[in-house]
Amino acid sequence: MIEIQSLTKHYGTTTAVSDLTFTVRPGTVTGFLGPNGAGKSTTMRMILGLDEPTSGSVTVNGQAPRTLTAPLREIGGMLDTRAVHPSRSAYHHLLALARTCGIPGRRVREVIESAGLGEAARRRAGKFSLGMSQRLGIAAALLGDPDTVILDEPVNGLDVDGIRWIRGLLRDLADQGKTVFVSSHLMSEIAQTATHVIVIGRGRLIADTTVADLLASAPAAAVRVRSTDQAALAGLLHGPDITITPAADGALTVAGLTASQIGAAAGAAGITVLELAAEQASLEDVFVHLTQDAVEFRAPSA
Amino acid sequence: MTSLASTPAPITPARRARPRAQQVTQLRVLRSEWTKLRTQPAAVWTLLAAIITTAGFGVLYSLVRETRPPHGAAAIAAFDPAAISLSGVQLAQIAVGVLGVLLITAEYGTGLIRVTFAAVPRRLPVLWSKAVLVAVSTLIISLPAVLIAFAGGQSVLARAHLSVALGAPGVTRAVIGSALYMTVAALLGLGLGALLRSTALGIAALFGLLFGIQILAGLLPGSAAQTVTKFLPGPAGQAVTTVHPDPASSLAPWTGLGVFALWAAILLTAAALRMRRGDA
Repeated sequence: MIEIQSLTKHYGTTTAVSDLTFTVRPGTVTGFLGPNGAGKSTTMRMILGLDEPTSGSVTVNGQAPRTLTAPLREIGGMLDTRAVHPSRSAYHHLLALARTCGIPGRRVREVIESAGLGEAARRRAGKFSLGMSQRLGIAAALLGDPDTVILDEPVNGLDVDGIRWIRGLLRDLADQGKTVFVSSHLMSEIAQTATHVIVIGRGRLIADTTVADLLASAPAAAVRVRSTDQAALAGLLHGPDITITPAADGALTVAGLTASQIGAAAGAAGITVLELAAEQASLEDVFVHLTQDAVEFRAPSA
Repeated sequence: MTSLASTPAPITPARRARPRAQQVTQLRVLRSEWTKLRTQPAAVWTLLAAIITTAGFGVLYSLVRETRPPHGAAAIAAFDPAAISLSGVQLAQIAVGVLGVLLITAEYGTGLIRVTFAAVPRRLPVLWSKAVLVAVSTLIISLPAVLIAFAGGQSVLARAHLSVALGAPGVTRAVIGSALYMTVAALLGLGLGALLRSTALGIAALFGLLFGIQILAGLLPGSAAQTVTKFLPGPAGQAVTTVHPDPASSLAPWTGLGVFALWAAILLTAAALRMRRGDA
């Protein structure tokens, strides 16, 4: 459980995070979304007790991060995958970390195996590919089997196998009852794994809701249609709650009707349909729509 | 979870064998830092370089002086065979000082410091552990290094009947003092590195503090220059490495070492104050 209350962080005159309040609950994967520079990493650094809030508070399992006596047991984080000494082996990197709170070497080998680093563990971490660095960072986050796991952009630069692995891992962790908080600047990534999302933009909270609710708040899906007689078709489809917008190439974008309704109407009137395509409003659209506005918008919290 | 052969199993902890992470203690952090030190090749090489420089340069310079013995009463009186055999310390102090700097700036440079501080949120145990380790490892390598340098250098100088015995007044103190001097130099480096958080700045400041500020102090008028210079890190520390320090231009041996250590302590304290609060 991560509780964030009125969290604000200034760097000099720059406001990175402004009056942020939200709670990340156990048992689900919570996505942390925002464009690059929205303040996600800053927030995560404060959750790990690395940066000091200008005002407001962060607690992890009810405790301030800097007061945790066995932090690796409480919270595991991955912020920067290049945060290793380049000439130290992955095994020794993890071993040094484990030593800080008496985690046995057996556990180090266990996370190495599970992260799929087995062969590479004795190699210099500086020679790792991005994908392997990512796996090492995640292995480090999970070393103490923490109740709370926070990962900053964990799928960045991963191959398909790696992405699939992380998605499965995140769901598994949530199923074990852990609090899982994962940032991304890509909505589609989060939509695959998270059930809850926190969206921020310019350091402010934009939405704190479920992925399902966020989708429901999306603008209505539209249908793109092109026919032999666009004017007649527009007249035919006209009605309340239906908007028809002509596109530059002569096609019409119709909101408020399904593709099959349009096709049936055109057929009944003897108009030949040349093109008919449903344009799905994706989570990506919702996200772009939300974060483009500087206006603060709070979706009803779940 | 899909069962792709190439996809490793997720990290699922067995509840029974749950690795009980225990409290972070100073001793555990010390073990962690020891693991880091011994697996950081640059640190190991630097320590080896310090031994080789101390012993090698000491013997080399003794060979040079053997071929160019002092002439005249004044030169013979000023001839310090112990200092000649220990001259490598002047080079080795750079190696161990840089080691002190690197031990912490390497973590700031890579961002590893954030991983470290997330695991040790009170932070200061990390600095104290690094201080203990850099001091102990420097002392452990520099003691044999200065003894080898002294023994090797004196056996060379003995061929020209210029050597001095370890038992002669002040000689044992100068030899052991040289090892202590290197130890404090390493701590000075650590303090600078932790305070400045940058390898380049840390090494520049190390050179400045060990060699540079004497030049500035020399610009002071009259006797003030000499008085101030005595208390600067380099000259203060070197008092203990000299068999017969000149009271006019140097502090008493152990006082000098104390002042040198005080410089390191002040820097480490300043670094601790900066580290304890604020952003990592």
